[in-house]
Amino acid sequence: MKNEKNPPLDRIDGRMKVTGGAKYFADFAIPNMTYCVIVGSEIARGTVTNIDIKKAQGAPGVLGVFTHQNMPPIPGWDAPPSKQADGPPPKPDTEEKYRILSSPKILFDGQPIAMVVADTYERATYAASLVKATYSKQAARTDLDKHKKDEITPKGGDYARGNAKAFESAPVQLESEYTIPIEVHNPMELHGIVVHWTGADQLMIYAKTQGVNSTQQAMAQAFKLDPKNIHVHTEFMGGGFGMGLRTWPQETATVAIAKKVGRPVKLVMHRSQMFTTVGHRPYTAQSIQMGADKNGKLISIHHAATAETAKYEDFTEATVNMTKFMYDCPNVSTRYRLVRLDRSVPIWMRGPGEATGAFALESAMDEMAHKLNMDPIEFRIKNYTETDPEHNRPYSSKHLKEAYERGAEAIGWKERKNEPGVSKEDNWLAGYGMSTGVFNAFRWEASARVVLNADGSLVVQSAVTDIGPGTGTALTMIAHNVLDIPFDRIKVEYGDTSLPKAPSQGGSAIVSAVGSAVFDTCTKIKNELFELTTKAGAPLAGSKAADLSMENGNIFLSNSPSKKVAVTELLKTNNLPSIAQTADSKGSAEQEKYSMYSFSVHFVKVKVNALTGAVRVTKAVSVADSGRIISPKTAASQMIGGVTGGIGMALTEEAIIDHRFGRFVNNNLADYHVAVHADVPAIETIFIDKPDPIINPMGAKGMGEIALIGFSAAVANAVFNATGKRIRQLPITPDKVMQQVS
Amino acid sequence: MKSFTYQRVTTPVEAAAAIAAKPGAKFLAGGTNLLDLMKLQIETPTHLIDIGRIGLDKIEPTANGGVRIGALVTNTDLAADPLIRKDYGILSRALVAGASGQLRNKATTAGNLLQRTRCPYFYDTNQPCNKRVPGSGCAAIAGFSRQLAVIGSSDACIATYPGDMAVAMTALDATVETINPAGKTRQVPISQLYRLPGKTPHLETTLEKNELITSVVLPAPAGGTHIYHKVRDRASYAFALVSVAAILFKDGTGRIAVGGIAPKPWRVPGAESLLPSGAKPFSAKLMEGARPTKESEFKVNLVERTIALVLKEGKS
Ligand SMILES: Cc1cc2nc3c(=O)[nH]c(=O)nc-3n(C[C@H](O)[C@H](O)[C@H](O)COP(=O)(O)OP(=O)(O)OC[C@H]3O[C@@H](n4cnc5c(N)ncnc54)[C@H](O)[C@@H]3O)c2cc1C
Ligand code: SF4
Repeated sequence: MKNEKNPPLDRIDGRMKVTGGAKYFADFAIPNMTYCVIVGSEIARGTVTNIDIKKAQGAPGVLGVFTHQNMPPIPGWDAPPSKQADGPPPKPDTEEKYRILSSPKILFDGQPIAMVVADTYERATYAASLVKATYSKQAARTDLDKHKKDEITPKGGDYARGNAKAFESAPVQLESEYTIPIEVHNPMELHGIVVHWTGADQLMIYAKTQGVNSTQQAMAQAFKLDPKNIHVHTEFMGGGFGMGLRTWPQETATVAIAKKVGRPVKLVMHRSQMFTTVGHRPYTAQSIQMGADKNGKLISIHHAATAETAKYEDFTEATVNMTKFMYDCPNVSTRYRLVRLDRSVPIWMRGPGEATGAFALESAMDEMAHKLNMDPIEFRIKNYTETDPEHNRPYSSKHLKEAYERGAEAIGWKERKNEPGVSKEDNWLAGYGMSTGVFNAFRWEASARVVLNADGSLVVQSAVTDIGPGTGTALTMIAHNVLDIPFDRIKVEYGDTSLPKAPSQGGSAIVSAVGSAVFDTCTKIKNELFELTTKAGAPLAGSKAADLSMENGNIFLSNSPSKKVAVTELLKTNNLPSIAQTADSKGSAEQEKYSMYSFSVHFVKVKVNALTGAVRVTKAVSVADSGRIISPKTAASQMIGGVTGGIGMALTEEAIIDHRFGRFVNNNLADYHVAVHADVPAIETIFIDKPDPIINPMGAKGMGEIALIGFSAAVANAVFNATGKRIRQLPITPDKVMQQVS
Repeated sequence: MKSFTYQRVTTPVEAAAAIAAKPGAKFLAGGTNLLDLMKLQIETPTHLIDIGRIGLDKIEPTANGGVRIGALVTNTDLAADPLIRKDYGILSRALVAGASGQLRNKATTAGNLLQRTRCPYFYDTNQPCNKRVPGSGCAAIAGFSRQLAVIGSSDACIATYPGDMAVAMTALDATVETINPAGKTRQVPISQLYRLPGKTPHLETTLEKNELITSVVLPAPAGGTHIYHKVRDRASYAFALVSVAAILFKDGTGRIAVGGIAPKPWRVPGAESLLPSGAKPFSAKLMEGARPTKESEFKVNLVERTIALVLKEGKS
């Protein structure tokens, strides 16, 4: 492996994507296809007392209308969830069970009450509108703030170190409360599935999943099939952000329905259904108590979070975890609670719980710095820790100080006035803000197959799905770095269960996991090539493998490069049409001795209109300490995407429920505001780009999540710096700012 | 969407005649509002008359120094027209502050005038809504009303007219020209185009059933400084919380219409004499009789602040 910075490689699938060559699940056309449309419940809690499907059944082109009264069975519903089937398994201790179309009971708004199949999408949609249900309605509990007293303590419990009473005697004290609203992933691509039973027990599935193996496993379990009989394909995904990390019940139902209908079925959900049936970032209320001495040394932090979950499933995330290890603080405690509401279950959304927690912790750090009259970076440096105080072990690598420095330099931090509300540009108030982000760096198990062909070309194979970050491009780079085969001779095949097993694309872990498998497999090939080069009678017979190098398809003696042999030549003389290797790869026991995290620092400059309350981010700099950067271009795109999501989280995104009905009022892309171009300034991305010596042979840590984690706090902190007013409830909309700023 | 029949017409007279011949028919212009509403079965026409090819796509000077804008001129073309940009800057600015580039390419002048409210309960066919189903009640008044009307509304409906273009046209004293199935034409001042909801929020304009808008006429240029300031939840591609269309003159006088706060572009000509005394007295008069909900209360204040901003900008 070369140990220098990687060159900027264009996204290998870029051209395909912009010319329409990339096929997403809904693009797969199968002869005889039928179309499925979901009818959602209009109430959030109660019972369907009657459901009239006659009109729908009689509508043109309709092939089937499925409700709890006639839904074909799903035999494996209650099998225990397997390891591979990602997604939080249903907990046995929840009050309710949600099994799609199996009972008239309504547990959340939008819960499917019927699925209609017709010969065209339009006809299915129209027929769906003819399904009429009557309900016995019950009052829905959807407002977390109103039902906090019903909190439960999920597994994992509370955390504490040091003295629980330290706060009380701290000379400088801060107590603040923060909320983040429900956020919905809302990728451009709608959710759904294409199901084709190609035989009595043979399934072909085109899914919108972040893991084909996970979907395969989930369906095998649900239908009691041998996973080998289930072929799942998801090469491309039009954005996942976490919502594709599990197989949703309506996907499973479509498989059952396709069997019954006897034809392939395509389900593409309506945008409004993306709000109710494929998860969301949960509404979370947090509080922070922070104590410090007058010199800015942290004495204590208490971080509490209460999040919503469903009645039928407990969803937990790592909201308060960052507080346990981020700063050098002797007395730390955290508390995490759930409230089970009449809502659909949340799921991870980019930078999952950490993004929620970082908003609170990093806002509080800014508030405390202000109380201490300290520069927020200085305050963080003062409480910097070189070892993980939660686990009492070293970090595998941490270059956060350098990240603070480089980000500060790039944003022009020295222009910032520590006194808030005093900088003006034109008619706007100007301010700077920063925050830290952190996320676990994982090393999961994965496998890969690599084939070196006689013509010198290389094929890299893994089942992993590329949800957009540029996985294929990164794997190309890794293979290139081991074998030095030119980029244009390397082909990556992925997103299909016929390929070697890979974990789901999530947790910023794929370059580390699948990348390591590719690295190991390519190394095996390299070793085999070196053996062929040095064995008796070979071109460099007698040389040691350790003395050989590879470059541009040739193998040569490192200290005498003219003594070389072409890889193609080598395969030819050995009569080998190709060399293929497969390897499984996982982390080592050595890694247990370290805490492995990726770090980020976000800097923003904002302007705030003191009259209208409008906030504009005018400059953003994000610095990633995520080990060696494998693919600089796609990594930068990842950061830009994360920052864009972060701007949405900070300023615009909020799914709003009318709690009288337990229903969303802005379940479309006109009213649910994701950031648009005009909200997003030029974004500068900076990579520390120093390899992590522990995590994997490439030295690469993950970076998808840290691109977003903490960003919203940087914006809130900048708004404070501009106005002197602290907004603790996201998103920071003009009305909230305007009402505080006079 | 419900099934419907479709017909293409080639002249305004033919269009007006065709609609009278088919009960349940509607005109289809750019379709950016109508088709969305049809997909949700909020609008359920049985027949569509596509007026996309009836001409009326020109922007022409009028004899008395004004300009006539054909009903089918797209928002993009209107915003980019050199004459409009030069003499009616406020209109051009209001247009580009609305929707997105793609939508403006399809959206027409008449269709934009007649776009329907964005009240979320109007869109949720499961909720009571007097505008969608007369007499069914109003889910918004005690509900999520943050972006709804604070003035001109009634106990039956607090929806806003959501558009931008008409706000500028109101400040410009535009006139809407129409033709009816009998071939009769008439002119309606834009200030009289929209009705207040009263007890009949489903009746939104003073147009007769089956009346076709043929053009919008702007009087000779008023001069002055033209400012359109839209406050919204994101920097682009969002409906207004408050938008202010202002034509301001050096002597401190001017005309101001406000969008996003009422069932129609809100202009009170009687208040404009107070403009030289500043935003506060003018806004107080403009907003006399405001009846916001708790959630929309901020808008009353935001109107005054946005006007203050615009007046400041007009002076600089
Ligand atoms: C996501 C989104 C965001 C938007 N944001 C904004 C915004 O910020 N600001 C803004 O102002 N607008 C906004 N719009 C609305 C947009 O401007 C309107 O949809 C558009 O102007 C309607 O024009 P159209 O030609 O497509 O009308 P159509 O949809 O074709 O017609 C609308 C109505 O007008 C009737 N009609 C059309 N032409 C005539 C005629 N000549 N005579 C009589 N009746 C006629 C039709 O029968 C129909 O009832 C947005 C729309 C969307 C979808
Ligand atoms: S405000 Fe008007 S449009 Fe909205 S729900 Fe009430 S009646 Fe319907």
